[in-house]
Order: sequence, then structure tokens, then C-alpha cells
Amino acid sequence: MEQTAMAFVTSVLSAAVAAGTPILYAALGEVLTERSGILNLSLEGTMLVGAVSGFLVAVRTGNLVAGVAAAAVAGGLIAALHAFLTVTLKVNQVVSGLSLTLFGTGVSGYLGKPVIGVPTPVSFKPVAVPALARIPILGDMLFNQDLLVYASYVLVAALWLFFYRTRPGLHMQSVGESPETADALGINVFATRYAYTIIGGMLTGIGGAYLSLAYAPSWIEYMTAGRGWIAIALVIFAIWNPLRAVLGAYLFGGVDALGFRIQVLGAIIPSFFLKMMPYVFTIAVLIFATARSRNYRIGAPAALGLPYERE
Amino acid sequence: MLSGSSTGVSVDAGAGTAAAAAANAGVDADADAAYVVEMRDITKRFPGVLANDRISFQVRAGEVHALLGENGAGKSTLMNILSGLYRPDGGEILVRGRRVHLGSPRHAIAAGIGMVHQHFRLVQSFTVAQNVTLGMSKPRFVLNMRAIEDDVARLSSSYGLQTDPRAKIWQLSVGEQQRVEIVKMLYRGADVLILDEPTAVLTPQEARDLFTTLNRMKQAGRSIIFITHKLDEVMEVADRVTVLRDGRAIATLDRKDATPGLLASLMVGREVGGAVPGKKAACGDCVLRISSVSALGDRGTLSLRSVSLEVAAGEIVGIAGVAGNGQRELAEVITGLRRVQEGRILLRGADITNRTPLEIIRCGVGHIPEDRLGTGMVPNLSIVDNVILKSYRSRPVARGPFIHAKAAREHADNLVRRFQVKAAGLDRPIRLLSGGNSQKLLLAREISANPGLLVAVHPTRGLDIGAAEAIHHVLIEQRNRGVAILLISEDLEELAALADRVAVMFAGRVMGVLRRDEWDIERIGLMMAGSATADTGHGADKGDRVS
Repeated sequence: MEQTAMAFVTSVLSAAVAAGTPILYAALGEVLTERSGILNLSLEGTMLVGAVSGFLVAVRTGNLVAGVAAAAVAGGLIAALHAFLTVTLKVNQVVSGLSLTLFGTGVSGYLGKPVIGVPTPVSFKPVAVPALARIPILGDMLFNQDLLVYASYVLVAALWLFFYRTRPGLHMQSVGESPETADALGINVFATRYAYTIIGGMLTGIGGAYLSLAYAPSWIEYMTAGRGWIAIALVIFAIWNPLRAVLGAYLFGGVDALGFRIQVLGAIIPSFFLKMMPYVFTIAVLIFATARSRNYRIGAPAALGLPYERE
Repeated sequence: MLSGSSTGVSVDAGAGTAAAAAANAGVDADADAAYVVEMRDITKRFPGVLANDRISFQVRAGEVHALLGENGAGKSTLMNILSGLYRPDGGEILVRGRRVHLGSPRHAIAAGIGMVHQHFRLVQSFTVAQNVTLGMSKPRFVLNMRAIEDDVARLSSSYGLQTDPRAKIWQLSVGEQQRVEIVKMLYRGADVLILDEPTAVLTPQEARDLFTTLNRMKQAGRSIIFITHKLDEVMEVADRVTVLRDGRAIATLDRKDATPGLLASLMVGREVGGAVPGKKAACGDCVLRISSVSALGDRGTLSLRSVSLEVAAGEIVGIAGVAGNGQRELAEVITGLRRVQEGRILLRGADITNRTPLEIIRCGVGHIPEDRLGTGMVPNLSIVDNVILKSYRSRPVARGPFIHAKAAREHADNLVRRFQVKAAGLDRPIRLLSGGNSQKLLLAREISANPGLLVAVHPTRGLDIGAAEAIHHVLIEQRNRGVAILLISEDLEELAALADRVAVMFAGRVMGVLRRDEWDIERIGLMMAGSATADTGHGADKGDRVS
């Protein structure tokens, strides 16, 4: 009995990381973008485009790295469009993000038509890290995953160091907090915003590719099922901090995985309720997070969503 | 007005003169080479405005050079060009005799030119040290904040600019933030420092500290360009002064050749009218009585602490203080825009505490808010629509549920004529008016409702001398007609000229109330800095409780 319980916990935790990883990539991308002052609401569409491009290229070439690279390029292209609209043309960032979501959803459906139901010859498989994978519970959870999950660990650490220990990181934050200040000190606000919007889009694209190449290797239209939106909510929950984003992503992944497994156990709760859980959880977390940030002087980058123009 | 603030600084001014004399001696030997910065025939156009018209301007090494002019004279534009923020449409800039192209602030900083803007360019959520190192090219990648903090501490103490390198900017007072801005420029080796109206946000004591620092930097061979429209500051710190008017350089004078009167006429282009006219009418009954009012600020902290104050009919009560010490909140609780937590506000004996703004307007309270285009008027609506914003509910403008367009137009036309608002047409949006004209219109609207109490917050901020004079005349005229006026201002000269009594606010408290005959700039300054209360108490007459 104890062993079954243990196995259940292990499997839920392990699935939490896997389910959380695509959200984590997208959320990290968005943290980067928003820290530079650009609100990019197109994550849902960008993830879909990343998922379909990654899948198409992986099916055609049989090369996973090429697939992930294609997803990053596709995500970067959509983000570049967002940057052009919002930074150069100063279009309202919300409007641009929402239209690009619609655009990404439509384009991904169109591009993916020929590969619906096509099995992929390659996909990411768990690779146990020697020694570390044998730590009880945590080993299975964290070190018996695929390469993209390991890459996300490195990414989180790198981003944290970048934000808080490097000059480009400091400059990026200044652009999001006070573009006038950054500009007056010779930091190129426009180039900075372009760069981090595009890099953010690339990470979001990789998050999409994780869905179609690792989490559920296949292409199904609208396979993100709201994960892009959850990632946006997660950025607020994480208070724009990459470390907290990890916590949030795995929490969401856990809720997702738990629902699925409770269903498998044959519980009498209707499956719709279980499927609803991540979304209900998102709303609850947002209420919690915003109520908190009103009390503390922490929160969004001060210039988030505001186009910059020299007076 | 001038004597009040300059007497106490005679020591500093004397030291400055000695240094200036030393600098001048060097200059005479080789005049051209001694120019650190030379701007020749600088021209800058904005849509519809010629902001700088062939301005030439030279700065010597080791001098404080004042750039004097009214708002809109082109001072800030010229300095934004020198600091690389704007590109000139014509002319050339030489730094130490070499022609330079200042395409961006980075170029300017590399050329040793740093600007402290009027609105500080600081990242509020960063620490002092992070702000100081921001935008520099070294160290290129990895930041060792500890080492930078040590450097900043060393540099700032060497100029007597006390700062804590680890403090976050939002925790600092305005004066401290200004010191950070100066340290930031010194840290990147600026030897030409441009200060844009640096004393506007300071208490008189803080301003004096700043002048001491400037003298110290001057003695170290640095040059300071000091943008201002205050004559007494020019006389106090400048070695030379260049006067700008309507985008042109009118004259450059040595301080010893300048007098306040000469500078004022050069700046305005005509003889400046003397003091504001109008003798004080006899003080009438108490109109506004605030007793022990406390209220929360935007951040949820207590920003008014048990404030008590009275304003009588036919009296102007001034509120002095550095911005952010509860003045805005005080105006807001009176006008119903902010909730009172404790205490009561009485208007002619009637309790208006926590009434809605509409009820308070109907009780006869007029309001000139701080943010005239945000809170006071609707920038995109026409003059007519803005003028009837408070009167559209009653006749003659209202006709049942409809607005009588002709009556509204006549009303607007009357006000525009009576208050000499310069406008291209009554249907033009307010945002196209100049600051002075939109303020006149706002004042006109409030007065046309015949208020018993007028709350005016920074009514002349950002206006040129002419417009400010007009506003002052209207305020005096209203007072003489028996209106009670609460005048919140950061401009001590304005308060000295207009107020019958002055209450000084610090940290949400009224530190003391001085009658006109007790006016003492030293004491007001100390109260503004929170280091003195009116413990003498003799200023608190007529039941003004000092808490």
C-alpha cells in the first residue's frame, strides 16, 4: 500500500515537471520580454506556431535539434512582428498581442493540416542522469526527464544570474522600469526592447515545441489548450522573477497532472471538473498574487506596456 | 524677496568669487582655448516652433554659468542638444576646441558632458549604486556590486554628497535623489555638469548645500551650467550668465555687471511689473475649518496626520512645503477626492467631511488641481465643453436633459474675453492651448461659479512670468471680493507675495503657521525640512492647532 502511494506521488511529481516545462519556457520568455517593458500577450499563438514548426521540421528531417531550432525561429519571427508593431509603430501592446494570438492560432492550424495524426519518427525521451536520478522521489522528478527539461534548468539559472549579476541584465531592467533614464544614459531602448521581445518569443516557441516533440509527440490543432495564457498569469505570480517562475510552472503542472491521474484512478469527480482545475487555479493564484503586490512595493516593471518616445 | 535667501550664503558666495577670479585670470591669457564647451549658431525646430534660433554659447573651465530665461525660452532644448538627447538642425558644437557630433547621450558623456534633468532620470526600484553604474561600459558583463558601492561611497563623500549606495531610490528624499544624479555624472567623469532648474524641488537649506557642492566642484576645475529662471540664484552662484528669450541668446554677462533688474528686463523683454497690487481686505468670518484631519496617501500610508487649519473669508492661506509632504492630499480631502480617516472638515459651519465631490462643488468650493490637464480639464474636449464641465447641470446651460449650445458658447466666450485667454477658437481642444492660457481658463471656470472657497494647487507652476502675474492678479482680486483661498505652492516667492498667512507642511503635519508680518525664510526652510516646529507658537493664532 505504502509503495503504491509512493509510486503515485513520484509519478505525479514527475508529470508535474513534464507538464510544467512548456509553461515554464513560455513564462521565462515573457518574463524577459516584460522586464524590458513590452507586454506580449501573443504567447498562446506563438506557442502554437512553435509547436507546429518544430513538429513539421522534426518529421521532415528526423532531427530533433532542427525541430527545436525551427520552433525558436518561428517564435522569434512572431515576436519580431510584435516588436515592430509595438516598439517602432507604437501600436497598443494589448491589441497587437491579441491579434498575433489569433494570427498564430490560424497559421498553425493551416500549416499543421498535412501532419495531423502523422506519427513522428523522433521525440524527446527521458534520459536519467547518472547517480542523481537515484535520489528518492526528487531523483525521478527532476533527473529522469528529457534534455529539454534539463536545458530549462540551465536556462533558469542563467537568467537569474543575467538579471541580478550582469550589466546587460541591469540595463534590460532599466529599460523596463524607466526608459527615459536608460535613454539618457546611452542605453538603446529600442534595440533592447526588440532584442528581448525576440528572445522571449524564441523561448515561447521552444515551449510550444516541447508540447509537440516531448510532452505529447504529435500535432493536434490548438494543442496548447490555454497554456500560453497560463504562462502570462504565471509571470505575475512569479513577480517577474525566473526562480519563482519555476515554482509556479511546476505547481500548475502538478495541478494538471493530478487531475489527469485522479481521473485514471477512477474517482467519481466528473472529468470536466478535473480538467478545469489548472484554469481555476490560475484565477485563484492571480487574485492571491495581485492582492499581495498591492501591499508590497514589488510588482510589474514600471514602464510595462507603455510605448517609449523621446519628448 | 531676493535679500531673504541671499544673506545667509554670503560666505559661500565669497568663496565662489575668489575661485571665479582665479578662473578668469587664466581665461584672459588664452580666451578661446579656455572654452570647455562652445556652441555656435545652434538652431532647433519643433513642429510650429523655433525653439533655438542661432544660439551661440560658451562655457569656461571652472565656472558656474547660469542659463537664464522664462519657460519656453529654449534653455532646456539647448541643453538637451548639448547632452545629446536632441540633434540640432543647424550649428556646431566644440568641446575643448574640437568639433564634436553629439548623436546620443552616450556621446555627450564620453565628451565629459553630463546633465541632471529636472525630472530625475533615476530608476526608482534600483539602488543608488545600480543607478550610478547604469549605462556605463565597464565592467562589461559581470557586475560586482560590492566594489561599485565602495567606489560610489568614496566619490560621494569626497564632494560632501552624502548618500547610501545601497538605498533604493524610492526611499530617498528629493534632495538625496538629486545628489545621486550628481554623483552619477561625476562617476562617469563629467567635467561639464548641466543642472536643469536644480533648486525647484529643494528646501532653501538643501539649495544652500547644493551651492556649496557646486563651489567645491568648480574649485576642482569642473564647469557647471545652471539652468534657472530665478534671478536671486543667478546672483548667488553664477560667475557668468547667458540670458535666453524666445529661442535667442540675448546677452552674456559677468555676474559683477549684472543686477536683478537688468536680468529681469533682458529675460522678459520689457520692464517687469512690481509687486502684486491690492491691499488686504479685512478678514471675514471663518469659511473653512479643518480639525484634526488624517488621511491615507496612495501607498496606503498615513499622509495627513491630524491637520488643523482655518481659512477666513477674504484671506489667502498659503501652504508651503517640499512636494510630497501631504499638500496634494490636503487639497483632495477638502474637495472630496480623498477619504478622510479621522477629523472633520467644516465649510461655513456645515460638515462636508467625506461628501462627494459634486456635493462639495455645490457648497461653493472651487478647485485648481495640481494636474490641470488631467484632473482639472479634459484635454481633448473643446474650450466650450471644458468651461461648462461644472455648470452643465443647471440653467442657463442646462435645458432639462439637454445642453443649450448657445448659452454654453456665450458663457465660454465671456470667460475667454474676461480672462484674456488666447485661443484660436472656442471649438479647439484644450490641449492645444499653452500652459498659461489653459490655466487661465481653468481659473475662469472655477471663479465663474462664485465659490466661497478656492483651493489652488500650484496655480502658476510651469507658467511664464506674464501668465503667472495674471493668475496672481485674479487670486488677489478674488480675495478682495471676500473669497477664502487656500494656496498650495512650492514657490516661496509666490507665497511671500500673496499669502496672508503661511502654513508649512512636513510629513503630513502642519509644522506651524506664520502671519505675513512674521515671514522668516530661515524658519520656513527649517520647518519644510522637518527640523523645526513652530514651538514658539506665536504664529498659530485664531485656533490653528499645531500638532
